[in-house]
Amino acid sequence: MSSINLDSKTPQGELAEKWTQYKGSMNLVAPNNKRRIDVIVVGTGLAGASAAATLGELGYNVKVFTFHDSPRRAHSIAAQGGINAAKNYQNDGDSVWRLFYDTIKGGDYRSREANVHRLAEASRDIIDQCVAQGVPFAREYGGLLANRSFGGVQVSRTFYARGQTGQQLLIGAYQALARQANTGKCTIYNRHEMLDVVKIDGKARGIIARNLLTGEIERHSAHCVVLATGGYGNVFYLSTNAMGSNVSAGWRAVRKGALMANPCFTQIHPTCIPVSGDYQSKLTLMSESLRNDGRVWVPKSKEDAEAIRKGTKKGNDIAEEDRDYYLERRYPAFGNLVPRDVASRAAKVACDEGNGVAPTGLAVFLDFASAIERYGKAEAFSQGNANPSAGQIRTLGEKVVEQKYGNLFEMYEKITGENPYKNPMKIYPAVHYTMGGLWVDYNLETNVPGLFALGEANFSDHGANRLGASALMQGLADGYFVIPYTIGQFLSKEIRTPQIANDSPEFMKAEQEVKERLDKVMNIKGNQSVESFHRRLGKIMWEYCGMSRNAEGLKKGQKMIQELRKEFYSDVFVPGNKDEFNPELEKALRVADFLELGEVMMVDALDRNESCGGHFREEYVTEDGEAKRNDADYTYVSAWEWTDNDEIKLHKEELKFENVELKTRSYK
Amino acid sequence: MNDMKLQLKIWRQRSAEEKGHFETYSVQASEHMSFLEMLDVLNEQLIGKKEEPVVFEHDCREGICGACSMVINGQPHGPNGGTTTCQLHMRSFKSGDTITIEPFRAVGFPVIKDLAVDRSAFDRIIQSGGYISVNTGQAPDGNSIPIEKGEASKAFDAAACIGCGACVAACPNGSAMLFTSAKVSHLGLLPQGQVEHEARVQNMVAQMDKEGFGMCSNTGACEAECPKDISIENIARLNRNYMASMFSSDK
Ligand SMILES: Cc1cc2nc3c(=O)[nH]c(=O)nc-3n(C[C@H](O)[C@H](O)[C@H](O)COP(=O)(O)OP(=O)(O)OC[C@H]3O[C@@H](n4cnc5c(N)ncnc54)[C@H](O)[C@@H]3O)c2cc1C
Ligand code: SF4
Ligand code: FES
Repeated sequence: MSSINLDSKTPQGELAEKWTQYKGSMNLVAPNNKRRIDVIVVGTGLAGASAAATLGELGYNVKVFTFHDSPRRAHSIAAQGGINAAKNYQNDGDSVWRLFYDTIKGGDYRSREANVHRLAEASRDIIDQCVAQGVPFAREYGGLLANRSFGGVQVSRTFYARGQTGQQLLIGAYQALARQANTGKCTIYNRHEMLDVVKIDGKARGIIARNLLTGEIERHSAHCVVLATGGYGNVFYLSTNAMGSNVSAGWRAVRKGALMANPCFTQIHPTCIPVSGDYQSKLTLMSESLRNDGRVWVPKSKEDAEAIRKGTKKGNDIAEEDRDYYLERRYPAFGNLVPRDVASRAAKVACDEGNGVAPTGLAVFLDFASAIERYGKAEAFSQGNANPSAGQIRTLGEKVVEQKYGNLFEMYEKITGENPYKNPMKIYPAVHYTMGGLWVDYNLETNVPGLFALGEANFSDHGANRLGASALMQGLADGYFVIPYTIGQFLSKEIRTPQIANDSPEFMKAEQEVKERLDKVMNIKGNQSVESFHRRLGKIMWEYCGMSRNAEGLKKGQKMIQELRKEFYSDVFVPGNKDEFNPELEKALRVADFLELGEVMMVDALDRNESCGGHFREEYVTEDGEAKRNDADYTYVSAWEWTDNDEIKLHKEELKFENVELKTRSYK
Repeated sequence: MNDMKLQLKIWRQRSAEEKGHFETYSVQASEHMSFLEMLDVLNEQLIGKKEEPVVFEHDCREGICGACSMVINGQPHGPNGGTTTCQLHMRSFKSGDTITIEPFRAVGFPVIKDLAVDRSAFDRIIQSGGYISVNTGQAPDGNSIPIEKGEASKAFDAAACIGCGACVAACPNGSAMLFTSAKVSHLGLLPQGQVEHEARVQNMVAQMDKEGFGMCSNTGACEAECPKDISIENIARLNRNYMASMFSSDK
């Protein structure tokens, strides 16, 4: 396998013309042939549901798999803040170019120009499509679509549906999928977990799936396979991802020859509710949109911070001049709206210096008092009250803030028991998103022919750091507007291929291997729960491959994971049977895969001797503490192979920048 | 920290075919835990004794996916209004409490195991017509369809349904009217949804009946237990739409 050729298949031509010209020159599959072609889509999040629905509309026979009990429960449902699009409805100078440029720069120059430009182009069509489906986006008084700002940009291009944008977009895609299910073009397999990819003559031709209700192992064949199985942030155990999010589909593909690209590029989101106890199962995001109006600060003095930690002082007791609004101070141009990686690191620095404000020392304030006052005054003025009292201003201002962020404030109060209108929120960074994922070319095809990857499951568009509101955009661009075209590049060569049989030796062997894997974990019958291994893995990942990393720690982390993996295979206990609904068994298989992925993440982070985006290596820092990129040696995508004899091997795709100049990223 | 002592009476049922029963467990919790984290503690305790953990559904744990489904002390999603089970925190209980936990019970939602039930009937109701028929790529510019802010907001209120099924579990008749009417209202209140509105109403109501959900007798229990405060006005609207579609349809 040593001669893997990582050809990105980027089309020739001017950047802005590539996609249009490519679409115009692609091989097509005629409608009568589409009817004879089967496609498997795994995943029903934004990427999977939009892809499946669109492929069904085009006439392919689509089989859709999800481990959820309904396609609507995919993790995409939880996205809060919004989706970007270069519509320039606000007339503030936005354009496809600017969205492209912001994304490349935001990603710290570690993504492919052509892919990102295509994404920016498709962004505009997404909004149109979603509106037509009935997605209730926020609107202005005139009835037109409203926008807000997200971090890392200076225009207002984020479309939103209150604080539930992901929910509304997913319901739109889910309904489009439901419509295709009703026509019979899409068959939905709920509560089915893909446990392997099946390759025949080198091409992906199907999957092995477990019916989670009965435990039955099933063989499903198709002409090609599309994975839209989401991100792997849960390798850290604690993250903002849904509990079920996992890497197994992608990881099984890696074990069948696909490559994992930039696995160490993890996004740590600056505004999450801080960890409060050992029992905690997941962390909750407070949407980035809050940074439009919230100001981030810690007390200037360690004594004040200490008093707050002990509970003898509250945030509101600290006088204005004793507060350090450190983002506004360090990054005057972008202030509280710096990109996520920058904001997260700054919070860590503030807490490491001893100025954190939660009992654990790991929290900073996100304060809405100024916004409440500003909105309150404006509101009073527009009601004709030129001389409002402080109390009136507060009440009016709180109302405006409630309209904008009510559900987030409510969520915060439910979890912490504190009222964020009266006291500043306490927040801390948490694992949120994974920029890394399966290596794909311009067609979104992995290096395994016929195996495609979409959405958060691929690595394609966000480089080393993703800008807010760009994951929803990418998932839907991939599913609605890219794969329906690019899949034809593969399938147009398959129109003479008859239906793929599901009882060939390759399928039988894959099924047998899956069964053995299940028996293996069931039969260990050790003494420790799956959960306890997952927690320990998470701690190792966070400690050594989290917000900041160094060579020594990464080597140590790698070793610890190897040992933990050994322990897992000798002492894990999985209750129940494999022929029944058994969530513990599902979890065991997922954690087993995380235990391999985690090691590759350490190796990847160790290989990359530079700091870029979310990847911060303590050895590579500028004098003022910012990330120090190394373009001469690391302008490449790291694509990792897990070889048949369990070696981890690097393949590189050099990144070429022909349209933007590589600059030091500055938000000052 | 774990200073709350609780008795849990939990419904255990191996499968749809087997009969279920209550089991009693004691568990120590902290008031900062979420309800599901408290159940995690119980499950770790059971696994430690090599017993089978209690099966319950959950995923997002932040009140949006609609997976968590259980009846706590007789109320779907527990005692707090506008709150899903996963958002419920132990500070709503006190040490010494006995808490009864059961699955959603309704003809349309057969039990799978312990607290997990099969809610796929909801998918089939949506598949029967809960969408707007627009293929990818056919849409006009988003701003070519202005929608009055208030109307958009009303449609949103209905679209906020998370498909959890608490309305069905709360209803003495096991009716799915609140869920179905929320979808009909979401799409029917928007200009984009008008073209297929009547067929949608007819088809979705027909599918709902086919799935074995009961009749609506306006008890209002659904609205009271809905974690997303979906209003019963949607049911009234659906009834009006349904009557209108009966008169005007020539089927
Ligand atoms: C709390 C939160 C808020 C966010 N807010 C925003 C935001 O405001 N804006 C933004 O742009 N992004 C946001 N994001 C990121 C964004 O939500 C995700 O990146 C995106 O939704 C991922 O979509 P997806 O379709 O790739 O995968 P997912 O939505 O994760 O879907 C994965 C699908 O794959 C299925 N699956 C996985 N493995 C298997 C298997 N082995 N077998 C069968 N099925 C499988 C699952 O059942 C599911 O259907 C947020 C993320 C979080 C955690
Ligand atoms: S209407 Fe309310 S209770 Fe019923 S499914 Fe929707 S959110 Fe749940
Ligand atoms: S777990 Fe998602 S709503 Fe409760």
